[in-house]
Amino acid sequence: MSTAVGTPFTGTKTENKTMVLNMGPQHPSTHGVLRVILELDGEVVLKAEPVIGYLHTGIEKNCENLTYSQCIPLTDRIDYLANLSNNLGYCLAVEKLADIEVPKRAQYIRVLLTELTRISSHLVWLGTHAIDLGAMSVFLYCFREREEILKILEAISGQRMMTSYFRIGGLALEPPPGYLEWISKFLDTLPGHVAEYEDLLTENPIWKLRTQGVGVLKLDDAIAMAVSGPSLRGSGSDYDVRKYFPYSSYDEFDFKVQTQTAGDVYARYQVRVAEIKESAKICKQAIKKIPPQGPFRAEVRGLVPPSREEMKTSIEGLIYHFKIWTEGITPPPGEVYQAIESPRGEVGFFVVSDGSNRPYRVKMRAPSFVNLQALPHLVVGKLIADVVASIGTIDIVLGEVDR
Amino acid sequence: MEAAQQNESLAVRKLKERDPQGITEVISFRGETTVVLPRNRLISACEFLKTDPDLDFAFLSDISAVDRFPIEPRFEVNYHLTSLSHRQRLRIKVKVTSKDPVIPTVIPVWPTANWHEREIWDLMGVRFEGHPNLTRILMPDDWEGHPHRKDYPVEGYR
Repeated sequence: MSTAVGTPFTGTKTENKTMVLNMGPQHPSTHGVLRVILELDGEVVLKAEPVIGYLHTGIEKNCENLTYSQCIPLTDRIDYLANLSNNLGYCLAVEKLADIEVPKRAQYIRVLLTELTRISSHLVWLGTHAIDLGAMSVFLYCFREREEILKILEAISGQRMMTSYFRIGGLALEPPPGYLEWISKFLDTLPGHVAEYEDLLTENPIWKLRTQGVGVLKLDDAIAMAVSGPSLRGSGSDYDVRKYFPYSSYDEFDFKVQTQTAGDVYARYQVRVAEIKESAKICKQAIKKIPPQGPFRAEVRGLVPPSREEMKTSIEGLIYHFKIWTEGITPPPGEVYQAIESPRGEVGFFVVSDGSNRPYRVKMRAPSFVNLQALPHLVVGKLIADVVASIGTIDIVLGEVDR
Repeated sequence: MEAAQQNESLAVRKLKERDPQGITEVISFRGETTVVLPRNRLISACEFLKTDPDLDFAFLSDISAVDRFPIEPRFEVNYHLTSLSHRQRLRIKVKVTSKDPVIPTVIPVWPTANWHEREIWDLMGVRFEGHPNLTRILMPDDWEGHPHRKDYPVEGYR
């Protein structure tokens, strides 16, 4: 700001002068195209201003021109590390709008898969965050386990990442035989793997020096900035949408909300690692609860597509099949806000219907967008070397920030 | 669920007690309560909702704008409030016309509103009076128009 670009260095004392440093948008540790304008006094950060919008793709505007079910693939692309969470949030919102009751079996399968997604997302976070701070091997271990989850998701939905597996009224298709055994086999190996990461990091003196007391977010600031998810729980609040406003039968599951009070990078690391273990517990409960047989989609005439069997054998089923896939569904006019707990925090879908077959407005409350806004609270007054740790610790996905 | 509904009506009841003329409309849909307020009552109502210990809406989840073109008042701005201590949600709605799309900012009440309001200005063109830095946030600085308006084509202007 004060120093123009290209001004030759004259050799005079530079005290009372600050330096403006532009970090990003192409920077390996910003996890996407994030730009942060830092004002520095020596090594101390005086001001930090995140600049976003490089990945804006107009998804919300696009949704207004698609039918309700055509929007689901777009929700995958908002947060590409936790696509099933976003599918779930959008589907729940439309189901609330159209008043569709999803069968219990589908609800449990949804819980199982979103918790698997949470594990996979936290693994990616842990790996990349560790690599930002110089711990290379954790990254390799985390991606090994994540690969297994992606294989499971591929077997179930046909896609590794852009699953679009949850549909309005239930699931896209019946899961393949043997999927529960596969998942429980994976869950049996998971505690050993998590112990492996913890061996490498939790008591590691370098890791502790880089994370403890770094990027502290006070609880008051966190709530004032509406930070949610593990970033909030690391500061001492136990706000978790799964507990506070249960959806998809989460109230039938027994799990603890993991919290820490220190509010630093290390606390948020502890919260996320504990959440991996807790999610594995929820998955195991879900595997026990899921009945082997039963409907995976609600049976509501005109709102949920009929089963293949019915479509091929009854004329009424065939008519509704064509009606839904060509014209779409028409929920009554109204507006709903449905929030879920994604790996990054509260994902909210505000869906407005005008009674036509396209959503009048879809607004997504992206947790990364809101959490990133709190970044200056984490870095101002601290050293520039810790900025990277602070960006990594709030676990942003730029696709979600910019939508 | 019943307790929740009683408590939600508590927020509405308290708002009505405080300022009987201050509420335009109360909408209930699918278990969600929406309170429509006139623009000039927004700030005082928000402060009350945040500070009253029985309500304690300290967490502003989201602000979303909806364009009802060509109906007037054209823009609706929805504030999604969450009370962490009472586990409640409430939606506040303010409507403004296309001739005068200005709303006072709620940043003094909830600092998190900053980016939400910038986003709404950027994409919808509703101005927030008193905002410290009301600039574009998602679109480039030199962009013309507000893309989320209903009269803005999906493909953009060619």
